[in-house]
Amino acid sequence: MGKKTPKHHKHVEAGARIVDFGGWDMPLHYGSQKEEHHAVRQNAGMFDVSHMTIVDLNGERVRDFLRHLLANDVAKLADAGKALYTCMLNEDGGVIDDLIVYFMHESWFRVVVNAATRDKDLAWICEQAAAYDVVVSEREELAMIAVQGPQARELAAPCISDEWRQAALDLKPFYGMEAGDLFVARTGYTGEDGWEIVMPAAKAAPMWDQLLAAGIVPCGLAARDTLRLEAAMNLYGSDMDETISPLEAGLGWTIAWEPADRDFIGRGPLETMREDTTRRRFVGLLLEDEGVVRNHQRIVVEGIGDGEITSGGYSPTIGRSIALARVPAGEYDRAQVDVRGKLLNVRIVKTPFVRNGQIRIDV
Amino acid sequence: MSELPGDLLYTNDHEWLRREDDGSVTIGVTDHAQAALGDLVYVELPEVGQDVQSGGDMAVVESVKAASDVYAPIDGTVVAVNEELADDPERINADPYGDGWILKLQPTDGVDESALMSPDDYQALLDEEDA
Repeated sequence: MGKKTPKHHKHVEAGARIVDFGGWDMPLHYGSQKEEHHAVRQNAGMFDVSHMTIVDLNGERVRDFLRHLLANDVAKLADAGKALYTCMLNEDGGVIDDLIVYFMHESWFRVVVNAATRDKDLAWICEQAAAYDVVVSEREELAMIAVQGPQARELAAPCISDEWRQAALDLKPFYGMEAGDLFVARTGYTGEDGWEIVMPAAKAAPMWDQLLAAGIVPCGLAARDTLRLEAAMNLYGSDMDETISPLEAGLGWTIAWEPADRDFIGRGPLETMREDTTRRRFVGLLLEDEGVVRNHQRIVVEGIGDGEITSGGYSPTIGRSIALARVPAGEYDRAQVDVRGKLLNVRIVKTPFVRNGQIRIDV
Repeated sequence: MSELPGDLLYTNDHEWLRREDDGSVTIGVTDHAQAALGDLVYVELPEVGQDVQSGGDMAVVESVKAASDVYAPIDGTVVAVNEELADDPERINADPYGDGWILKLQPTDGVDESALMSPDDYQALLDEEDA
C-alpha cells in the first residue's frame, strides 16, 4: 500500500480506480477518463495533486541560490506571487526535475516539484543550499487540489473566504497568493484556466466536498495525462530525465541564457549542446492513419534515422492520436511510427495541440 | 460488478466465447476487461478469412490508456468481424457481451471446453485478482 492523500477516502467513496503513482495511492479515473477530460476542456474538473511536493526555501540569499540552482532565472520574478516554470539541471545539463517556483517575498520562495522525484530533488536542493544558508522545508502537512477548466475559478471561488475571494479572482495567469491559510495560484497542467489551491491537510476533504457540490467534476491521473499531452506540457520521466537536456525536450525556452555571466548548474554543457547542429528535435506528431501511437514506439524518418515517442496516446478533444517525440535533426515534416510492426504515417505539427478548449493544429 | 452471463465460456485473458447454433464461436472481452482498459478508442480487427491459432493474437483493443491484444482462444478461421466497432469502439464499454462483440471464428477442430473456464471458474479468477 502506498501513501494516501488526505482525500483518499473521498476518491474511494466516489468509485475511483486507484493506482500507484510515485509511491502514492492515486485515483486513475472515477469512471470515464474521457468524460473527465471533456469536463475540464468545457467546464470544470478537479484533481487531487496532494502528492506533489511543496518545498519552501527561506534565507537572505535565497534568490542568489535559485539563480544558481535553476536554468530559468528567478531575477525575472519582480512582483510578489509571480511564478516561473523551470528545469533543475545536473552538472551535465540533464534534467533532475521540472518545477514551478513562486516568489513569495525576498527571503521566501516556494517550489513545487514532482512526487516521483521527491527524494532526489530534496537531496540535491539541500546539498546546493548549504553554501547559501538557505533553509529547505518540505511542507508535507499541506494538500493541493487543482481546479481546471473555463468555469473552474468561478465555481471554486466560494471556497475562498470573503476577505480574499476577489483578490484570488483577480490573480493574473502564473501568479499565486496567500489567502488566509490557503495558497491560491492561477497555474495548472491542463492547458486550461484554473487554480491550484494549497491548504492544510485537514481542510482537504471538506474542500473537496464543497468543490464537488459546486459542480466541479473529480478527475483522475488518466485525464490529467491526456490533458497535459494535448497542451504539449512535458511529463518528467517520460519526455525528459537526467540523461536529456532541456534543449532536446522542447524546453529551450525555459533556459535563461542572459545574463551570460549567470553561473547556473549545467550551463557549460548546455552552451556546447546549443551549438550542436546534430542535436535531436522535440516535436509534436499527429497520427494520420487509424490507430493509437504510444510511448517508446520507434519513429522512422526515411533517409535520416530513427526517433522515439516520449508521450503518445489518444486525444479526446481531437479524436485522433497525438504524440510528443524526440526525432533526428533535419528538415522534414513527415515520419512513420512502428506500431506492432506496421509503419503508420505521422505529420509533425506545431504544439500545443489544444489550448483553452480550442484545437490549435490542422487536422 | 455485474453478473457474468451463464451461457458463455471464459479465458484467463478475460475474453468470452459464445457457441452459436451454426457451429461458429463469437468472441469478445469481458466486462472486467473493458473496465480495466477504460474508454476504448480503437479496435484493430483481422481480415475475414484469416486463420488464427490458439494463443496467437488476432485483434487489438486500444483504450485511451493502453493497447491490449485479443488472443485466439482456439484454432479457427475468422468468419465475421464487428465492423460497427470501427466508428464506435465504445460499444465494448457499453455492452461487452452484446453489441461489443469483436469477431466470430469457425473452429478448426471444435471447441475444447477443458481449456476454457466456466462462469463459476472465471468468477473465482476475478475474486482471486481482487483479493
